[in-house]
Amino acid sequence: MKIAVASGKGGTGKTMVAANLAFTLAQTCQVTLVDCDVEEPNLHLFFPAPATAKDVTVPVPVIDEKICDRCGKCGEFCQYGALTVLRDRVLFFPELCHSCGGCMLVCPKNAIHEEPKRVGIVTNATPMQRLNLVSGYLDAGNPFAVPVIRAAKTATAGDCLVILDASPGTSCPVVETLDGCDACILVTESTPFGLHDLQLAVDVADRLGIPAGVVINRSDGKDQETLDFCTNHDLDMMMTIPFDRGIAAIQSRGDLLCRVRPEWLKAFSALYSKCCALVGED
Amino acid sequence: MKICITSHGATLEALAEERFGRAPFFIIVDTDTGSFESLENPFAGAGGGVGPRAAQLIIAHQVTALVSGMVGGNAREVLIAAGIHLYEYRAGGTVKDALDQFNKKTLECIV
Repeated sequence: MKIAVASGKGGTGKTMVAANLAFTLAQTCQVTLVDCDVEEPNLHLFFPAPATAKDVTVPVPVIDEKICDRCGKCGEFCQYGALTVLRDRVLFFPELCHSCGGCMLVCPKNAIHEEPKRVGIVTNATPMQRLNLVSGYLDAGNPFAVPVIRAAKTATAGDCLVILDASPGTSCPVVETLDGCDACILVTESTPFGLHDLQLAVDVADRLGIPAGVVINRSDGKDQETLDFCTNHDLDMMMTIPFDRGIAAIQSRGDLLCRVRPEWLKAFSALYSKCCALVGED
Repeated sequence: MKICITSHGATLEALAEERFGRAPFFIIVDTDTGSFESLENPFAGAGGGVGPRAAQLIIAHQVTALVSGMVGGNAREVLIAAGIHLYEYRAGGTVKDALDQFNKKTLECIV
């Protein structure tokens, strides 16, 4: 069972929901929590523990200037502008390269080979008995989050129960996180932005064919529009977390709602049951 | 000598464009004869990496100088490597205005 937590809008409480869901499940079974928000991973703040790290690399072209005759084929081929062929040399811009390998294929002289370039790390920790935390960290200045997310997901490939915390938005990193998941929890909030971006996120989950349900966080009780949207789109309303200064304080000091107020364990257990129901499992 | 002026349109009367990689047109002028050709920029609406690709394009037209507003870091690196001088024109006039100023040597050579 793989459950992604996504939102569309940032700051709605994806990490809060993912962390508390994983904490709850770890009371009774083995669970893996994956921080796929690799541009700003923060789950480790809620689960501090010593971690081991592995580099994530992508292949980039290296040109043998002795063999290259500056024919220009690689530069013409590269749709990302990563290679510019001049009369006397070839310029390579690693931050533009998408690691497609095409330049290597079109080079008539076989003057190009690939070498790994580090783009981030994936860490692995065991902050609680039965809880494994895998976090992706994109190196600063690197524009491509997807390879790091992919590496974090690959590190958890064999695990049975996985909770993935997605980045905000609906672009490639979110699609990469959702890809292959069984269910998706969409976290929204009681604001027009929360609802607007929820609609975008629902569309993404829908196109990927992943059953989704909705959690309203920081609810001020005036959620009729969101509830109507869920009804109209046949989305399961899974949980409502009230706007509560006490909850905000727990979250802000890096603690967990379910640890401080164990009465919430039941609500997050129910959230998991609803995810199973979405997938058609008991 | 041949120079390239970034432009909104295909003629000398068009407004000069301040952006390089996403300029809709490149006007290539032969400063010795005053003749020119206009080149539609195929990368004006491309996703990314337009700077180096546009630079490659004007290099292929054997220009020795570029008159434009803002040129990004990657394109600049390519232009420097190819020995193309970069002149800044940001006065908001037409391609012809930019050309006149270039001919009068009143434009600042950045690179």
